[in-house]
Amino acid sequence: MLSVQNLNVTFNTRKGVVNAVEGISFNLKKGEILGIVGESGSGKSVTCFALMKILDQTGVIKANEIVYSGMDLQNASEKEMIDIRGREISMIFQNPRTSLNPIRKIGKQIEDVLKQHSQANRYNAKQKAIEALKAVKIKNPENRYYSYPFELSGGMCQRVVCAIALACDPRLLIADEPTTGLDITTQKAVMDLIKDLIISRNMSSIFITHDLGLASEYCDRIIVMKDGHIVEKGLTHDIFTSPKHPYTHKLVNATPRPGKSIRSLLPSEIKKQEVQHTIQKETIIEVRNLSKFFPGQFGPIHAVKNISFKIKKGESVGLVGESGCGKSTTSGILSRLIDASEGEIIFDKQNISSLTSKNFSKNPIRSDIQMVFQDATESLNPRYTARQSISDPLKNLTNMNNEKINTKVIEASNLVGLPLNLLDRLPHQLSGGQKARVGIARAIILSPKLLILDEPTASLDVSIQAIILNLLVDLRAKLGMSYLFVSHDLHVVQLLCDYIIVMKDGVIIEQGNSHQIISNPKENYTKSLLEASPKPPKITKAS
Amino acid sequence: MIISNSSYNLKNSKFLNHFIIILKENPITFFAFLMLFFFLICAIFGPYIVPYDPLETNAKIALQPPSINHLFGTDNLGRDVFSRVIVATRLDLTISVLAVLMSFIIGSVLGAIAGYWGGWLDVFLSRILDTIMAFPLFVLAMGIVAALGNTIENIIYATAIINIPFYARLVRAEVNIRREASFVHAAKMAGNSEIKILAIHIFPNTLPPMMVQVSLNLGWAILNAAGLSFIGLGVRPPTPEWGIMVAEGANFIISGEWWLALFPGLWLMIAVLTFNLLGDGLRDIFDPRKRL
Amino acid sequence: MKKKFPKLHAALLRSAQSVPVLIGVVVISFVLTRALPGDPAVYFAGAAADEQSINEIRIAMGLDKTLYEQFFVYVNNLLDGNLGTSLSTGQPVLSDLIKRLPASLELTILSLVLSCFVSIPLGILAATRPDTWVDHLCRFFVTAGVSLPTFFTGILLIYIFYYILGISPSPIGRLDFIYLEPDIVTGFYLIDTAISNDWDTWFGAAKQLILPSITLALFTLAPIARMTRASMLTILSSEFIRTAKAAGLSNGKVLFSYALRNAFLPVITTLGMVFSFALGANVLVEKVFAWPGIGSYAVEALIVSDYAAVQGFVLSMAIMFVILNLLIDLIYMVIDPRIGFGSK
Repeated sequence: MLSVQNLNVTFNTRKGVVNAVEGISFNLKKGEILGIVGESGSGKSVTCFALMKILDQTGVIKANEIVYSGMDLQNASEKEMIDIRGREISMIFQNPRTSLNPIRKIGKQIEDVLKQHSQANRYNAKQKAIEALKAVKIKNPENRYYSYPFELSGGMCQRVVCAIALACDPRLLIADEPTTGLDITTQKAVMDLIKDLIISRNMSSIFITHDLGLASEYCDRIIVMKDGHIVEKGLTHDIFTSPKHPYTHKLVNATPRPGKSIRSLLPSEIKKQEVQHTIQKETIIEVRNLSKFFPGQFGPIHAVKNISFKIKKGESVGLVGESGCGKSTTSGILSRLIDASEGEIIFDKQNISSLTSKNFSKNPIRSDIQMVFQDATESLNPRYTARQSISDPLKNLTNMNNEKINTKVIEASNLVGLPLNLLDRLPHQLSGGQKARVGIARAIILSPKLLILDEPTASLDVSIQAIILNLLVDLRAKLGMSYLFVSHDLHVVQLLCDYIIVMKDGVIIEQGNSHQIISNPKENYTKSLLEASPKPPKITKAS
Repeated sequence: MIISNSSYNLKNSKFLNHFIIILKENPITFFAFLMLFFFLICAIFGPYIVPYDPLETNAKIALQPPSINHLFGTDNLGRDVFSRVIVATRLDLTISVLAVLMSFIIGSVLGAIAGYWGGWLDVFLSRILDTIMAFPLFVLAMGIVAALGNTIENIIYATAIINIPFYARLVRAEVNIRREASFVHAAKMAGNSEIKILAIHIFPNTLPPMMVQVSLNLGWAILNAAGLSFIGLGVRPPTPEWGIMVAEGANFIISGEWWLALFPGLWLMIAVLTFNLLGDGLRDIFDPRKRL
Repeated sequence: MKKKFPKLHAALLRSAQSVPVLIGVVVISFVLTRALPGDPAVYFAGAAADEQSINEIRIAMGLDKTLYEQFFVYVNNLLDGNLGTSLSTGQPVLSDLIKRLPASLELTILSLVLSCFVSIPLGILAATRPDTWVDHLCRFFVTAGVSLPTFFTGILLIYIFYYILGISPSPIGRLDFIYLEPDIVTGFYLIDTAISNDWDTWFGAAKQLILPSITLALFTLAPIARMTRASMLTILSSEFIRTAKAAGLSNGKVLFSYALRNAFLPVITTLGMVFSFALGANVLVEKVFAWPGIGSYAVEALIVSDYAAVQGFVLSMAIMFVILNLLIDLIYMVIDPRIGFGSK
């Protein structure tokens, strides 16, 4: 159905010509779901943008052949492409909310596409739009027709985007990371919907993602890309159970899933020894009846409702839940960035909830509780070099002189594996993984007793995530820190944590030993979370 | 082993290198800096390097068109227009620099406080800013100068007052955006006090967009001062100032003596243009993300 | 109320916000009048007043009372429409202003319309063809535009088109003296002459309007073009435009139905600011072209130290501006469906 031979895309930038992708060749059969998998910068999106010819104006496409159902796409005129887009080939993108026109009713947006491709006229457009909404299983489509995007949830927006894409019954659907940013359960619902629609309409699909687990569940065949090249192609099952190319092997290895250990996430070249961390009997921090209210538009919002839990010294506790469950608020309260509305926090036998967050920065306990943030880029001051960011806590909370501070900075950098020559660089001159290390170095330089990690690997590529997770394991063994690891990814939490707490709507649904929670969950919600997370097959062939 | 001192020097020399690179990449910015340099020379050394005394009248050579002796001609009192135009640079630049400096400092402080701490302070400040901005700018300047008296100091104050809301608004918005950023949270975790966070972490990061505003304002302040002089406020004859020279020269345009008004007007325009072109260049220089 | 009629609620909130601003404006005006040199009573009494009537005015203005009480007298006067008497015309300031306002409005509105006609398409063109000669032309115009001193451009235009080329009429106001003023209906000559079918005078009025409105338009061209270009650029690179293109919508549909409507919203708010600039620049243009509007009224008053007139001018301009901004914000609220729902 689709045949691509030797596709090259270059961009003319101010710094010269940049090769985005080179030598890409693949085929797509009718009714097949093809997954294009790769880390950021691999060129997977660029490839599909080139197919649809919606690249930036500075992009140049060269190929031996780009043929779709006998039509030559490469030499097609813009007029022909406009006809093909939406009617034959449709594409849906990453962020559903920003993919919709914010000031236009969604019903109208569907109608626009229908009318453009002459699938409807003035009289039946509305009815067809409502049918399109029904097809993507939106409840109450007659009323939703009049809604604006800001009135819908993320999952519903994505359904609307699908409705627009499928309104004219295309033969090929390209989905570019359609579930990034969605909750796990919403992700499953959306992916199931897309798969159902594709199969029921006998369509083909290209599914672009960085999440191998997701690809393994929904795709028939997979292409692995790296740095603009195709590294391996094959059936899903083969790719996962017996990957041939070392990069594929590395990626598959690094994907957390049941039955793996943290160490086994690493590629074979950097195998490390197993390390143990000891959990002591005393509690380092205890939370009792914690509640938090926020002022809202229609009354106070009860973000955290009466939760209680403990973290022992040396223990790693995972805090899991979907967006809006209150986990970020909880970690904010524990780190003393926010004040609790009710309840107590006992840290190392001291009640710290009575100290306000404003005064906490001067308190000696400040150095005992530190935090690693989700977005490493955003958490670094763009004007501070790495050295300045890392030494900031020492300058504020200790009386060390410059020389001692410098020694400490070098020590911390070595601990986190940050090359010393990068210390004088600004954040935008560092890679994602390097920035993550800077953030961690800054957090551990005071040797804190409790380290709160707020989704620290969420924005990292899976191979970098593997390295950072292992780094966290090493650090905890060496420094004896307790961890509060906040995440939405159950697999990662299970690998790292001894104890898991599951939250929903501000309440703790279930908590207990990680093995127990994962293998024998009691609550339905926990079960649904576990069910929704993708499960890639295991590698059978020895490396 | 790198000692901390040299890393500081490294950063400074990096800034210089960055500055030079920006100049090389942007010919327009380079040109603007060149022009700025020229105007600064005029302002500082003007009275010493001009061929004639700007105040010296000579009725015999009045209203002469441009010639070798008088590059810009002479005005109705026989004064050399060229000398007057060059010397006027000092006055106009001084007025605008002082006014912008005042409004920048006051506006930034107010805006930063309002943007960071919010609450009733923010509401109160916003109402005051709204009130100032409710007056069409030039009109307010007229009112202030009319009320307080027709002096150059009052022009500076009036220009400063009407510009405060721009900075305050801009800083308030920028601080608001960054207040919830993770690096601010990280700074709190690192034990920084709130004042330190505002002054050292947040505020310097708001400088790049501010720089554009500053240079635009410098240009605008010159226009404002000239405009006020044009309608008779502020500068009084025989002081050479671009606006008042255009006003005096306007009377003679109808009778064909164009050089009295054209040259000061042109000079005014070029000065303002320089500052406007400078704006984008300044932002690139101060934005750390533009460094390669 | 918030749940049922969020837009109404937002509109009322915004209108309520204007009230403290209006109060502040009045306070500042009051402060300005009291900061005057000399005896305010003399200025407010008028030139023909004698010692006794000056005293009467002084008592009526409450100058013998405390500042606090004086403020209330001032406000009372304002509510009665009493802005004092002009020294030069001998008329109440308010009636002077009302008489001269249409001239300024006609000029400002016409030049804004002219300006939008040029700057908005220019901004759109520049945004849709980045880095081409159109884009560079637009940016050049914008930068040059904000650098131009309005009074200078006015004078330059007069010199070129009147003195050298002779195609413009002499800049002596709204009508050459061979024409008779039309019957005042709106005060807008272009409308009044059309109403009375006096097309000769219509042309006469239009001729006089050309140069001053072009001068004013040049001044407002730059910020509108710059904002349009910036807004369009942001919108055109946003994700929903990419979705629309990927769905096969034609370039025309994408541009007009999707991009423009979204891009216009910030432009509308800019228009408010531009109007403020224009009202200020009005003063200069009216002086250059001898236009009998409120701007030149204020300038003339300033020269003869007719402070009542100047302060009346400042206050009335400010009030007009607050109301104008309120209207613009309300229009924006009607157009943007997201307002009132707390989403950004």
